[in-house]
Amino acid sequence: MIERITLTGGRGKDGRAEQVASVDFAMGNVVSIVGPTGSGKTTLISDLELFADGSTPTGRRVLIDGVTPPAEYREDPSQNPIALITQHTSFLSDLPVGDFLRIHAGVRSRDGVVAEAVVSQTLAFANQLTGEPVLPALRMTELSGGQTRALLIADAVVIGNAPIILLDEIENAGIHRMKALELLRQYRKIFVFVTHDPYIPLLSDFRVVMAAGAMTKVIRSGEAERRLAQRVRVADDLLAGFRERIRSGGEFSADELEAVA
Amino acid sequence: MKLAICAGPATCGKTSVLRHTTRKLLARGSRVAFLKIDVQYAEEDEELAREFGIPTKKVYSGELCPDHCNVMVLGEALEWAEREAADVLLVETAGLCLRCSPYVDGGLGIVVLEATSGMNLPRKIGPMLSLADVAVVTKIDRVSQAEREVFRARILDAAPDIRVREVNALHGIGIDPLVERMRATPDVCGELTLRGNPPVGTCTICVGKKTVGWKSHFGVVRPLENQTFYRGE
Repeated sequence: MIERITLTGGRGKDGRAEQVASVDFAMGNVVSIVGPTGSGKTTLISDLELFADGSTPTGRRVLIDGVTPPAEYREDPSQNPIALITQHTSFLSDLPVGDFLRIHAGVRSRDGVVAEAVVSQTLAFANQLTGEPVLPALRMTELSGGQTRALLIADAVVIGNAPIILLDEIENAGIHRMKALELLRQYRKIFVFVTHDPYIPLLSDFRVVMAAGAMTKVIRSGEAERRLAQRVRVADDLLAGFRERIRSGGEFSADELEAVA
Repeated sequence: MKLAICAGPATCGKTSVLRHTTRKLLARGSRVAFLKIDVQYAEEDEELAREFGIPTKKVYSGELCPDHCNVMVLGEALEWAEREAADVLLVETAGLCLRCSPYVDGGLGIVVLEATSGMNLPRKIGPMLSLADVAVVTKIDRVSQAEREVFRARILDAAPDIRVREVNALHGIGIDPLVERMRATPDVCGELTLRGNPPVGTCTICVGKKTVGWKSHFGVVRPLENQTFYRGE
């Protein structure tokens, strides 16, 4: 059982050593990677996903429980403890969702016998993450962006049972963020969010700040930030409400301007 | 001379894999020569020659199956690579008909498959996969973890003894084990024979003559130089 991943610092875009020499991700942690576009957030999680060994462009290294990860992690995806879900990751299969999940669960079970409970658990998980129902008879290629993201996460968590899950900007894709954080906290895993969202980092255990390709700071969220997160949530819910109304053809009155101000 | 033959569907990333392989082989002191066999268009030989300054060559198979073309020219290609003072010959061939495979006994057979081709690909491509020593899987970042796993499981269903290597061919990550495997492959010597049985057909290779070298064949033949199309008995 993995307890800890260590990422040791390499070089930023200017070739100088990163200010953060090393960062530990402990089992159970929820971590955010923040920084402007082009600051190296995606490169950082791709270093994690590739078990960087000093040979990637950043020169970073990944250690698992203090040692170099075994080669099997890279060779066999079912041994790989890391699942990466990006905005570009998608399903190619044209199968119905239920059939697909059964095939994946079959590959994962030692004797090829699929526990139907695992399949329904995965679907239930996905349906808590997205508002649009993910039904077993839907074809994978018919799924919307939000449904796809939800199913990718649910599959990685439940069937794949990956102990480390990297999520690259899922907030843009119709996922309930609060629900996702709540649900994911129930599983003892390492979750790393690359995010531009204000809410997820405040509720993370810590956040890594990126600039010009380098890790510049690690900030641990304190009590004050957790309380702030609740305020951010209220503001965010208000905006989300407006968004929903506009999407569903609603109009706004002058009174509402007063209410918001 | 070590011989590695690399097959795989069009645009699956064969050249990217071989480019990284070449760079790493050269860095470890190997002397690499490269042969590209394609049907009607290829520029990989020129790219690799420009990038690494290694001896390269290409053959167009035209109306001949590229895998059959490989049988015709491979012996002479090894002699050519020998003259160029290489100690590893990398052959890249467009695997097309899914009935033949280009691998020869004693050489290393590499099939390159893109994870984006869908989970059923390993079940469809026959001896190109089942007779290879190593399956290199590219474009892994584009598909779900679940499909990667199913893809791998199905490769192993089709070829239980094959080594599967997932690589990021853009950044050359995961290539090292393939390079080590090539370096550990013994030199080829003597008469070369195709590893698999060719399908039923009408040229001497089609009808099952497996000896490498166009001089052992008749009908539609192809030498490395001089694009002769037909040779009677």
